[in-house]
Amino acid sequence: MIDKQADVVIVGSGAGGGTVAHALAPLAREGKRILVLEQGPRLSISEFTGRELEMAPALYEDEGGFLTADGTMTLAFGRALGGSTVVYTGTSMQPPERVIRQWNVPGLAHADLDERARKYAAQNNVHFLDETELNDNNRLFVEGCRNAGYHAEQFPINVKGCRGTSLCNLGCPTGAKQGTDRVQLPEAENAGVGIVTRAEVLRIEDRAVVVRVSERPDGAKGLPSEWPAGDYRITAGTVVLAGGAVGSPALLLRSGMADLPRRVGEGFTCHPAHILVGEHPRPITNDVGHPKSFFLDRAVEEGYVLETCMYFPFTTAKNLAGFGAPHSRLMHAYPRLQMILVLGCDKAVPGNRVSVDRAGKPVVHYRFTPETIEAMVRATRASARIFFGAGAVRVHAPSADPPLIEAADANRIDELIHARHFKPGRISVSAAHLMGGCGMGRDATDSVTDSRGRVHGRPWLRVADSSLFPDSLEINPYLTIMALADRVAEGILEDAGALAPRAAGVA
Amino acid sequence: MAQVSTSRETTFGPVRDSFRAVAVTVVPEAVSLQPAEWEEVERIVERGLASRPSSIRRQLRLFVRILEILPLFRFGKTFRRLDPDRRTRFLLAIQDAPLLLLRRGFWGVRTLIYMGYYSRPAARDEIGYRATTAGWEGRL
Repeated sequence: MIDKQADVVIVGSGAGGGTVAHALAPLAREGKRILVLEQGPRLSISEFTGRELEMAPALYEDEGGFLTADGTMTLAFGRALGGSTVVYTGTSMQPPERVIRQWNVPGLAHADLDERARKYAAQNNVHFLDETELNDNNRLFVEGCRNAGYHAEQFPINVKGCRGTSLCNLGCPTGAKQGTDRVQLPEAENAGVGIVTRAEVLRIEDRAVVVRVSERPDGAKGLPSEWPAGDYRITAGTVVLAGGAVGSPALLLRSGMADLPRRVGEGFTCHPAHILVGEHPRPITNDVGHPKSFFLDRAVEEGYVLETCMYFPFTTAKNLAGFGAPHSRLMHAYPRLQMILVLGCDKAVPGNRVSVDRAGKPVVHYRFTPETIEAMVRATRASARIFFGAGAVRVHAPSADPPLIEAADANRIDELIHARHFKPGRISVSAAHLMGGCGMGRDATDSVTDSRGRVHGRPWLRVADSSLFPDSLEINPYLTIMALADRVAEGILEDAGALAPRAAGVA
Repeated sequence: MAQVSTSRETTFGPVRDSFRAVAVTVVPEAVSLQPAEWEEVERIVERGLASRPSSIRRQLRLFVRILEILPLFRFGKTFRRLDPDRRTRFLLAIQDAPLLLLRRGFWGVRTLIYMGYYSRPAARDEIGYRATTAGWEGRL
């Protein structure tokens, strides 16, 4: 075991960790030792090929196929420098006032979060794509919504010079997406913040982390780690956990710390999602252009959000229900497919939680509540109406049996798409908005941290990622994560006088 | 259709013929795959499983064996001896089985088959998938 010292150690480099690293750059300039530990690799732009088989192992935990404990849902979360900001579509939504108010976290005001989120929206070049940059897949969603009586809204996107590769979820091959790997981390590094990739934090100790740095596997993408392979114990005045809603609670749980708040791991939510497709009679532009430019927010009224999307051949095949000739026909209609992602606004309920197995690996326990299933069924029905409203000749809906609905049956949507067909294990459900597990609140009886991410009873230990959410956000979360992380960093800066002065650089 | 192999090093090597019989039911076009293309499919599947615990790989192999044997109780024949229509009917029943274990097992096997088949460049071309790193410029 090699001993090192730092003033602040940040575990994770995504929307949370990258933001904290950037916000603490002034401390680094003053000579404080700020260190980011990232489990995944650092990739160069030329390594983003857009090919599923190559990118999934390089960018995602379990290649994007992390399964919940009962095997009925796949969770996708990034594991590379930049975390999930490398693999999202750059959709940049302000924190929703209604939800933040419902969270009812003492000391957390929507206005404060909103202002901070706006700061990061400006930093990340968030804007609406121009009309000329939209593809048919997105235009048809808007048209279908209009014809079905809904109002689609445009997503603000954080891109700079987007060339419309449509490959966002496999990492942007042109560097247009302004994730933390493109904006916050390079600036932090220039200011003297240290970054160590291929560094898996094994456990947290009292004011220290134990981390294993690995060699680059033969043939793997990415640069070798900045440190020699081996096990390290890094003592630090402050430790910030930003490993995401699965990683952060799992790390706390496997560390075996005494008197942890009992709610660690509880309150997991994830916006469970279906992919739906509508088949049009003519080819449309769908696998070129930004894939996720519009959404329909029905969270308040009906408990769901619909978003445009376009996925790659294997991901599409996996997410379509069924098999055999009907499935193949749909796959061969790929150039004519319109796609919608259905997101259920699930609620934190007892039992849906993160734990660890005997080896310390995370296990996510998740059961679909009847309310979530009903919301996803309502969302699927609405999507079918939107597809037909846009001119689709048939629609593929996972919670219909059989899943293909012809245009002639468009008036039977409510009958054909039904909760009784939502059979876990039969249909593909995935989630990429992972939230909760270290929720904010009043004290250790109802939460894990306070509104500034300080773990109750351990002022040196903070959390700065989506695990802070006490409940589902009901919209794409990354700007809210950055706003919360900004508050965490501000707290560290306020306490900076308490950090022991040391020489520059990591010892 | 399927080549007989004696390989026991891969997950599905010992049940290769059964795996391929399931695969051509899940993706009917797979019936025309040449030996080298089958090897490509199976190489992709194996690589996808490489980081999974050996217990998962054993369970998947066992599940394919179960799929091979179970039709005996319904049709009096093993899976490979069924005609395509009965194979489909049998797998539909498994897909909708009351037992989550069966539904989940089939979902896992079909997902691997889709990974092996649709991750190939030839399959991307076959379905008309055209995304490239050139984006809009590539369509000019």
